[in-house]
Amino acid sequence: MIEVENLTKRYGPTLAVSDVTFEVQKGEILGFLGPNGAGKTTTMRVITGYLPPSEGRVRVAGYDVVEEPLEAKRRTGYLPESPPVYPDMTVTEYLAFVGRIKGIPRRELKSRLEEVSEKCAVTDVMNRQIGKLSKGYRQRVGLAQALIHNPEVLVLDEPTAGLDPKQIIETRQLIKGLAGRHTVILSTHILPEAAKTCQRVVVINAGKIVAVGTPDELTRRLQGFETILLAVEGPAADVKDKLQRVEGVNLVEPHDTSDGRVTYEVHAEKGKDVRAELARAVVESQWKLYELRTSGLSLEDIFLKLTTKDLSEEN
Amino acid sequence: MRNVLAVAGKELRAYFHSPIAYLVMTVYALICGYVFYSSTAFFMARTFQMEAMGGMGAPPLSLNENIIRPILAGVMTVVLLFLIPLITMRLFAEEKRSGTIELLLTSPLTDMEIILGKFLGALALFAVLEVITFIYFAVLFIYGNPNAKPLLAGALGFLLYGAALLALGMWFSTFTKNQIIAGAVGLAVFLLLFLLDWVTAYSSGPVGRVMAYLALTTHFDNFSKGVINLGDLVYYLSVVTFGIFMTARSLEALKGRP
Repeated sequence: MIEVENLTKRYGPTLAVSDVTFEVQKGEILGFLGPNGAGKTTTMRVITGYLPPSEGRVRVAGYDVVEEPLEAKRRTGYLPESPPVYPDMTVTEYLAFVGRIKGIPRRELKSRLEEVSEKCAVTDVMNRQIGKLSKGYRQRVGLAQALIHNPEVLVLDEPTAGLDPKQIIETRQLIKGLAGRHTVILSTHILPEAAKTCQRVVVINAGKIVAVGTPDELTRRLQGFETILLAVEGPAADVKDKLQRVEGVNLVEPHDTSDGRVTYEVHAEKGKDVRAELARAVVESQWKLYELRTSGLSLEDIFLKLTTKDLSEEN
Repeated sequence: MRNVLAVAGKELRAYFHSPIAYLVMTVYALICGYVFYSSTAFFMARTFQMEAMGGMGAPPLSLNENIIRPILAGVMTVVLLFLIPLITMRLFAEEKRSGTIELLLTSPLTDMEIILGKFLGALALFAVLEVITFIYFAVLFIYGNPNAKPLLAGALGFLLYGAALLALGMWFSTFTKNQIIAGAVGLAVFLLLFLLDWVTAYSSGPVGRVMAYLALTTHFDNFSKGVINLGDLVYYLSVVTFGIFMTARSLEALKGRP
C-alpha cells in the first residue's frame, strides 16, 4: 500500500533522508521509530505529497505521489505533528471544509462528519472554536480530519504527543481498531506504544534505515540469544546449578527479589526453546515456580542499540 | 471549481471571523463617507455661487467630474494602496505560521485551486468595499442626474485595479510566516508604485512614459472618465496574471523543488 523506494531528500546541502526503502502492506500498522531529526517527519511529508523527493519513488495505493499526486492524496489521511487546524473555525466548519477539499460528495458530507466526530469523541465540542479547545481535543479533531474521507492509507506523525495517559490509551485503541481496513504508518518516540500498537517497526537514524521487522525479530537479531525469566522459591545456589545444567542454557543469572523469591535470568542458545525443560527442572526438584516467561529486548534497548551504532548490523 | 469555491468560502469566512474585515470596511467607509460629504458640500457651494452670479453662461457643474471622478480616481485608489495589504497579508502567511498549509498541500487540491480560491475570497471582500463606494454614488442619482455610463466603466476599472493589487499582495504574503512583514512589504511596494505615478507628473520623455505605464494608478484614469481602453484592460489583467503566477512559483519553492 505504501512503497518507498530509494527515497532521498535533500534540503539544500543537508541530507535529511538517504536511500530509504521500505513497504507497508495493506491493512498493516507500521511503526516508524527514530530519534529526533532522524528523518521521520521528512519521510512522512514525502509520502503525503507535501514535499517532492530529491531522488527515489514513493507510491501510495499504487499511485506515484509525484506523477499522480491527486489520486495519491485522495487516498491518504495525514495527521502532522501539530494538527493543522484553523483556530477561528468551529469543529463542524473545519471538518466540513476538510471533507469538501478531500472530495467527499455533498450528499455524504453530513453523515461522514457525524460518523467521524463520534469515532474521535469530539461530538461535545462541535460548535466550539478550535482555537479555544484543549490540546487533547485539538489532537482528536486532527485525527478526525485525517479519517473523514475514509482513506485507505493513514500517515500519523506522533499521534499521541501531548495527550494525557487516558487520552493516549483511547487514541491507541482507536488506531489499533483501524488495522485491516486501513493501512497505517505512525511515527513515535514512545517505544512501548510502538510495541503495543504496531505489528512491524522500521527504525531510522540520521536519515538511514537501521532496522526493519517485528519487535520479536529485531530482538532475535540483536541479541544473539534467547532470554527466559523465572521466579523460583528454593535454595539459590542449587536452583542456579540445576538450571544451568539444562541443555542449551549458557548462563543463569540470579537477581534478588523480595520474599525469598529469586528471579533468574536464563540465556539460552538462539533458536532453542528451553522453557519446558526449565519448568520440569524446577518442579522435579520440588521447588516452587512462580513465573516463567520469555523476555525480548525491550524496544527501548533495541532503539538505543540501533541508534547508537554507527552502521546498521548485518547478521 | 468546487475546490476553488471551498477555499474561497473558507477564506471569506475567516476574514469575517477576525477583526480585519470589519476594520478595513470601517476605515474605508469612513474615509469614503468623509470624502463624499466634503466633495458634495463643495459642489453645492460652488453651484449656488454660480447661480447667484447669474450662471456666467457656463453649463452646470457635472456631478461626474466634480464628485465621482475625484473621489474614485483621486482618493479611493490611494486608500486601497494602504488597505489592500491588510487584506492580503494573511492569505499565505497565516497558513504557513499555523501549519495549515500542510493540510492544503496534502489534500487532493492543485496548487492553482488553492491560489485561485484564496484570490477569489480576497476579491469577494474587495467587492464589498466596491459596493460601499458605489452606494455613495448611487445616492447622487436620487438628488441629481449623473451620467451612468462612466460610473459603470469606473466600477469595472476599480474592480480591475483592486484585483491587481490583491494579486500582488497575495504574492507578497507567500514570502513569510509573519503577517506583519507581508503587510509591510505590500505597503512599501504599493507606495513605490504610487510614487511612480506622482513622479510622472514631472517627467515627460521616455523614462517618464515607462514609469507612467508601470504605475498602477495611471491606468485607472481612463476608466474613471468612462473610457474602457483595451490597453488599460490588458495592463490590469496582466498584473493579476503576474501576481497569480508568482504566487504559484513561490508555493513551489516552499515545497522545495527536488
